[in-house]
Order: sequence, then structure tokens, then C-alpha cells
Amino acid sequence: MPYSIETKQLTKSYGALKAVDSLDIAVEKGEIFGLLGPNGAGKTTTVSMLCTILKPTSGTATVNGYDLVREASKVRKSIGIVFQEPSVDDRLTGRENLFMHANLYGVPASEQRERIDRILKLVELEDRADDLLRTYSGGMRRRLELGRGLIHYPNVLFLDEPTVGLDPQTRDHIWKYIKELKEAHDITVVLTTHYMDEADRLSDRIAIMDHGKIIVLDSPSKLKETLEGDVITVRANNIEELAKLVSKWLGLNQTHIVEGALEITVHNSRAAMPRIMEIATQNNIYVESLLSREPNLEDVFLHYTGRSIRQDSTKELHGLAAAQRRTIR
Amino acid sequence: MTELRALYTLWLRELKRFIRDRARVVISFVQPLLWLVVFAAGFGSRLLIPGVDYQQYLFPGIIGQTLLFTAMFMGVSVIWDKEFGFMKEILVAPVSRFTIFLGKMFGDSTAALLQGVIVFAFGFLLGIPFDPLTFFAALPIMLLITVGLVSVGLVLASFMGSLENFGAIQTFVNLPLFFLSGALFPVSGAGSPDWLQVASAFDPLTYGIDALRTVILGAAWTPIHPLWVNLGVVCVFDAAMIGLGTWAFGRMK
Repeated sequence: MPYSIETKQLTKSYGALKAVDSLDIAVEKGEIFGLLGPNGAGKTTTVSMLCTILKPTSGTATVNGYDLVREASKVRKSIGIVFQEPSVDDRLTGRENLFMHANLYGVPASEQRERIDRILKLVELEDRADDLLRTYSGGMRRRLELGRGLIHYPNVLFLDEPTVGLDPQTRDHIWKYIKELKEAHDITVVLTTHYMDEADRLSDRIAIMDHGKIIVLDSPSKLKETLEGDVITVRANNIEELAKLVSKWLGLNQTHIVEGALEITVHNSRAAMPRIMEIATQNNIYVESLLSREPNLEDVFLHYTGRSIRQDSTKELHGLAAAQRRTIR
Repeated sequence: MTELRALYTLWLRELKRFIRDRARVVISFVQPLLWLVVFAAGFGSRLLIPGVDYQQYLFPGIIGQTLLFTAMFMGVSVIWDKEFGFMKEILVAPVSRFTIFLGKMFGDSTAALLQGVIVFAFGFLLGIPFDPLTFFAALPIMLLITVGLVSVGLVLASFMGSLENFGAIQTFVNLPLFFLSGALFPVSGAGSPDWLQVASAFDPLTYGIDALRTVILGAAWTPIHPLWVNLGVVCVFDAAMIGLGTWAFGRMK
């Protein structure tokens, strides 16, 4: 079994819409594989198929060597899932939630107590283990869910948007736990996210997904290297005009307008910045600021899809709703 | 073995949730008391049932009514689980949908049965004349009644998206089943309109309550059907509803 997950032409369509379109990916054992893309890119649909929640329309895939459709039950036993939305019972205690999971996944009764104690320690919830979940914060619930996904010793752990709706500090913590859990259990992790920093921090390899297809797949550093150079951010009084002029000079897909600023990818910013100033002054465009920086994943995404992931705000709303749900109860 | 442990853990969870919901347990004490004391006093003086005192007649009926209302309401757990996402955790587990349904159903049935037992205790404390030992004969019958009704509640809830819809459909189902069952007044024999006799024959609760009266009231009660017919109908109903429930849970995503 060379790969943890292998998909062949995996497709899910809803009528004419192809939510996931002929996906071919191979996830290596022991890596953290990031699926990055905006809302509606097909990430969750992909994960749902790999978790046997959704049946593929066509194509095949194996998870831990088991066929998704023919051996669904074996697939389920061998994976752990942390859903995008909370899925704990808030009328039970943390420990009771974990015991229930252990029983549902057939963990031998003799091992349950020990495994649960160890997991609780790992996610640092030992002192709250016997409190009802409704008294937990959103971050604590997430931690419990992360731990829960590992109680039956899965080979692959799926994390669907693990930090949506959490505050920055909690997100930092969750990232730490994900790395620690992965090391402690020697598992493969498949992570979906629309947060660039999350994908960057955690993933060994990232697949950028858009409209149901993988656009590019590589390690975060390689992806950033493909942009070869620097990103210059220009603020000016007429950026559309400036964008047109610079495009003429540099080639079209090198300039993007993001949040009212012009972003230009160049090989060498030191040589390019004076030229941009020159073009601007020659055309009576007033430049407010010029800034050069190393490219990040956001730029990679922009480069391959032609739009910013931040322009898609629906997911943020979704995250907000999930966050509210966590706090209401 | 795995399935059995899953069944046990699902059963235990429903029970824990029920017991921890103290408000619901306390409120559930009040309703049967109102029926057995206030309603029986007012209604009983105007309705004569040969051979038995009205409160005596009403008692098994109110046990049935409590089982009906509690059992149907139990479906709400499915709505909560869907709403708060816990259903996903259960549905993706490597456990058959039959087991998932049975676990939930038996858990909810146990909870509903506890309510029935409480009503039984009330009957004893209120001094309603009956042999307390009939409790042991009534208990299995109560369980049989509960299983089918809880299943109906779970099936309805599995199709409903929201609490409001579930509440509406519940009233729509509960009241006819209650009124047609003979819990409050006789639905067969001389004096009952033909249509009422026919309609009540289609109500599974009619058979359950008739069976309860047969064992609790003993010789004082003239049954509509022999005990074995009553139990047979209830068992067939239970089996059909369990089948329906397994199917309904199987299609849930």
C-alpha cells in the first residue's frame, strides 16, 4: 500500500454542476496534505466522499487500501474525522463523549480508559474531563474533537476547516495540537482550509483547488518559489490605469488588484520599482506608496486562479455562524 | 460484539440525556396527576362505566397517554442531534443504521417507560384500587406500547428539519391516537357510534390500553379483545415501525 489515499477520476456532480471534477490525487503516508481553496471549491465534497459520507458519481478511490464504495465500513474504521461544524454532545461530559466514540468504533473495553486518559492529556483537558461539554469554550470543544478523532487509532485523520470561527490565539493552539497529535500517532492528515496561513503552517504539500479541480499541487515553499521573485504592492490614485500600463510592460497575469491596491509580481523588485514610478509619473498618476515583499500563499493562489481567496466572503459568514453556535450553547 | 457495544453506548447516552434534563422530568410528573385527580373528579361524576370506578378506568388510560406523549416527544432528540451536529458523529461511525436506530429507540423507550412507571406509582399513592403486583404484568406491556410509539416519533423526526415542524406534526398525530384509544372513554360496545368503533380499531394504542386494563383491573374489566390479540397487534405494529425506522435512518445523511 504505497499511498494513504489514492483517487482516480473521482467525480461528484449535482445535476450539471461538477462539485468535484475528475480528481486524481495521491496522498503519501505520514504527510499533512492540505486542500486549499475558496468556498464552493469542492474541498468538503472531496473529504465527504473520502469519508464515505457521500457516494461518488464516478471514479474510484482507496483510503488505507480500502475501496471507498465496496469497503465503506473498513474505510470508516480506519479514519478519524473532525467536521467543520461542531459534533459533540454538550449534555455529556468530555470523558463521556470520548467513551461513546470508543464504543462506536469498537475500541476494546480493556484499553478504553487508558487511551482516553492519554488523549485527554495530549489535548490538555484532563482537569475538565468530567465537566459537561456545554461549559466548554469553542476552542476546548475543538480540542476534544481533535482528540476524539484519534481514539480508535485511525491511519488517516480528516480535518475539515479545523479552526473556522476560532480566535487567533486558539487557532495557534489548535495548530500546535494538530502537529503534536500527528507526531504522537504517526498518521496521515488531510486538512481542508481556506486560510492561507493555516495551510502554510501545517501542510507538507498543498493542493490548491478551485471549481472542483486541483489547479496546482506542491509543497508550500515550492509553490512560493514558482512565483520567482517579489511582490510589489502599489497604492495610487488611479490603479486601474496603472495596472493597464504595467501589464503592457510586464505581461498580463503579473498584475492583480487586491483590496484597492495593485500587486505586481516581478523577478527583481529593486530594478522594477523605479520603472513603475517612472511609468506612473509619465502618465500623471500619483503614487501613495510602494512596498516590496516576498510572495506568500495568497499570491500563489492569486497567480493560479486570477482572484483573491479573500474576495470570497461567504465562508467567513459561515465561520461566524459556526462560532456563534459554539458560544450560544 | 462491536454492534452490541455501540447499541449499549447509544442507549446509555439517551438515558443520561433524559435524566439530566431535570425540568422535563419534573414537568412530566404534573400532567398525569392533573388527569388522574382533576379530570377524573370532574368527568367521572358524569360518566358511568359498569363494573369500575371512573378513576380506576382512567388509570391504565393515563399510563397509555403518558407513554404516547413521552414516546412521541422523544423524537426531538433526532432533531437536536441534527441541529447540533452530533448526528454526524453517529452516522459516520462504523456501525449499521439498524443498530443506530435500535440504540436510540431503546434509550428513548427506557426513558418513556420510566415516566409510565412514575404514573403507576402515582396511582398507588392516590389509592386507586388495584393490586400493586399487577405492575409486573403491566411492565412488559408498557414496554411493547412504548417501542412502537418511540419508533413513530423517531421516524417523523428523521424527516423533519426543524423543531417547529416536529411540534406541529406531533400534535397532529398525538391527539387522534389519544382520543381514539379509549383512554378517556369507552370506544366500543353499546352507546359508541359505529364510526368511532371503526376508527379506534385502527389505533394501535387501543390494543395497548385494552391490554393494560385487562391485567391491571382484572375481573372487573370486560376486554374488547382477548389479551393475546391485543399483544399480537401491538407486536406487529412494533415490528413494522422498527422496520420503517431502520429504513428512515438509513436514508439520513
